[in-house]
Amino acid sequence: MGKTLFEKVWERHVVHKVSPSTDLLYIDKHLIHEVTSPQAFSGIEKRGLKVFRPENTVATADHNVPTKDQHLPIREALSRKQVEKLSENCKNHGIELYGLGHPYQGIVHVIGPELGITQPGMTIVCGDSHTSTHGAFGSIAFGIGTSEVEQVFATQCLLQKKPKTMRIVVNGKLKNGVLSKDIILYIISKISSSGGTGFFVEYAGSAIESLSMEARMTICNMSIEMGARGGMIAPDETTFEYVKGREFAPAGEDFERAVEDWSQLKSDSDADFDSEYIFDAADIEPMITYGTNPGMGIKIDDLVPAESDLNDENAKKSLAKSLSYMGLQTGEKLLGKPVNYVFIGSCTNSRIEDLRLVANYVKGKKKAENITALFIPGSKQVELQAKAEGIDKIFSEAGFELREPGCSACLGMNEDKVPQGEYCVSTSNRNFEGRQGPGARTLLASPLTAAATAINGFISIAE
Amino acid sequence: MQKISIIKSTAVPLPEDNVDTDQIIPARFLKATSREGFGDNLFRDWRYESDGSPKKDFVLNNNKYQGEILVAGKNFGSGSSREHAAWALYDYGFRVVISSFFADIFKSNALNNGLLPVQVSEQFLSKIFAEIEKDPETAITVDLPEQKVTLNSLDLSENFEVSDYKKKCLINGFDDIDYILTLKNEIIDFEKQRVRFS
Repeated sequence: MGKTLFEKVWERHVVHKVSPSTDLLYIDKHLIHEVTSPQAFSGIEKRGLKVFRPENTVATADHNVPTKDQHLPIREALSRKQVEKLSENCKNHGIELYGLGHPYQGIVHVIGPELGITQPGMTIVCGDSHTSTHGAFGSIAFGIGTSEVEQVFATQCLLQKKPKTMRIVVNGKLKNGVLSKDIILYIISKISSSGGTGFFVEYAGSAIESLSMEARMTICNMSIEMGARGGMIAPDETTFEYVKGREFAPAGEDFERAVEDWSQLKSDSDADFDSEYIFDAADIEPMITYGTNPGMGIKIDDLVPAESDLNDENAKKSLAKSLSYMGLQTGEKLLGKPVNYVFIGSCTNSRIEDLRLVANYVKGKKKAENITALFIPGSKQVELQAKAEGIDKIFSEAGFELREPGCSACLGMNEDKVPQGEYCVSTSNRNFEGRQGPGARTLLASPLTAAATAINGFISIAE
Repeated sequence: MQKISIIKSTAVPLPEDNVDTDQIIPARFLKATSREGFGDNLFRDWRYESDGSPKKDFVLNNNKYQGEILVAGKNFGSGSSREHAAWALYDYGFRVVISSFFADIFKSNALNNGLLPVQVSEQFLSKIFAEIEKDPETAITVDLPEQKVTLNSLDLSENFEVSDYKKKCLINGFDDIDYILTLKNEIIDFEKQRVRFS
């Protein structure tokens, strides 16, 4: 029987079979940031160890960095201490750090691909659940906890139970104005926020293959939002073209050799998946969430559902509590609902493609008076590129402000928060209670929906 | 890591589904650089008003319910990979979480920190909730060596799964790194033959 893409990449990285279900897996790239690493550094130090393979490790500061005046010391003492601790740890252990002020600094899942650190066929881990993003390149990439960060520091390996495999196929042509964010919100609304638990997902089908690399990253980024450990897409010409010429990508003959190898990384036609879903791209429309987990999404012009409209038992149980938190009613229409906040950014949608798309839409328009629009690029390179392309000017004419890179109001560890009770149309990945600040009410949507909402002052579909 | 074997305790019921790690410990409390002290902010926004006064209707503020076991609804620990969620539960005093379903990363984080995730059937979970509601003094016994959880009042048991390896680690109080370090030569051999392009 054939093998899946996941199995092929996994098998290449097995150092030792611990038991029939558990392997010791070698990790090619370990990405770290300031929040989930300090306890891991002190853990190995307590054991009297140094980081085993610092050259396989890359660090950035992203979760609680400010998005204004990054050249000044961080004002908030605890955030400052955490970022300083990262610098100190990286220095002591010989790890490359793209901290504040470095031209490569940015959100860990944006800079990996952009620098060519992320490549097909790799194993990539990070103490952050959205590490699944890197699977867009056909790598096995997943989020880990701090004890596992410590394991990778100490051994460059992880003890892992091999997950089950799931294939999600999206065939056909996407409607105009439907972005990859809508695809993934649609899939999660169908599968539920726990439907992928225990699985590693491969996305396939003509609609997926037609996507750009950045759009693929958005899909894989949110695999964790259906409970899956990770998501991946077989590398193809689009992938190779994207990787080519990037800072840390193989070059010249090495690149040719790499492409030859990467081209083998696809599921065999007779490979067996433990679970499979097939969707039609024609059924997907712009999406928005109404509840407090990413599975609670609807087509943007649908009504907030009643318990009887839901198939998922889990969602049924959560509905009343979610709606009460969100201040929404069953049967309410979200389209046209006034909101005061728009957040465009996060590791899901803060890449240059997202900025271009929004700039293209808002050009010549003005944001509504009531709207506070936060626009946060995913990396310093994205910020500089946007400026070079004049996107900052388009934004400022439209009343938006282009800030400096970081995770920002996706999780509100820095100053950027949505106030209590306010609605925010957000391109981030989570609408959990309090995620964007205590009492904040998050409605997840695509950058296009966020842009249209910012212009109109109410939830809108971009024409 | 502290050893864990047989735990007999009353339990704290939290009959909510999809309790994500942002609820267990909100992001703004992740700024510490040590593993200790997270228990004070466990379920912060469910537990306290914004002025810091305790919310009366939240279970951790109800003296009736105490114990080393947290019983929660389906899909516990979804969302962020933050291990701080496991640390906060442990620091508060929980040693076991019982649910009908756990998110993957939370489960491995818990196991790595001496917090035992016990997955039971929906039916068994409903019975536990019902019994605790009837009598908050209801005791539950979690027997790790036997992989068995017992609702003492009904003398009703169910088996739960845990990998042999993890079980050994929890019972003996050792962790993955101790084990992987014994394989260091294999790791170095692997590195010599691994595929690399630059």
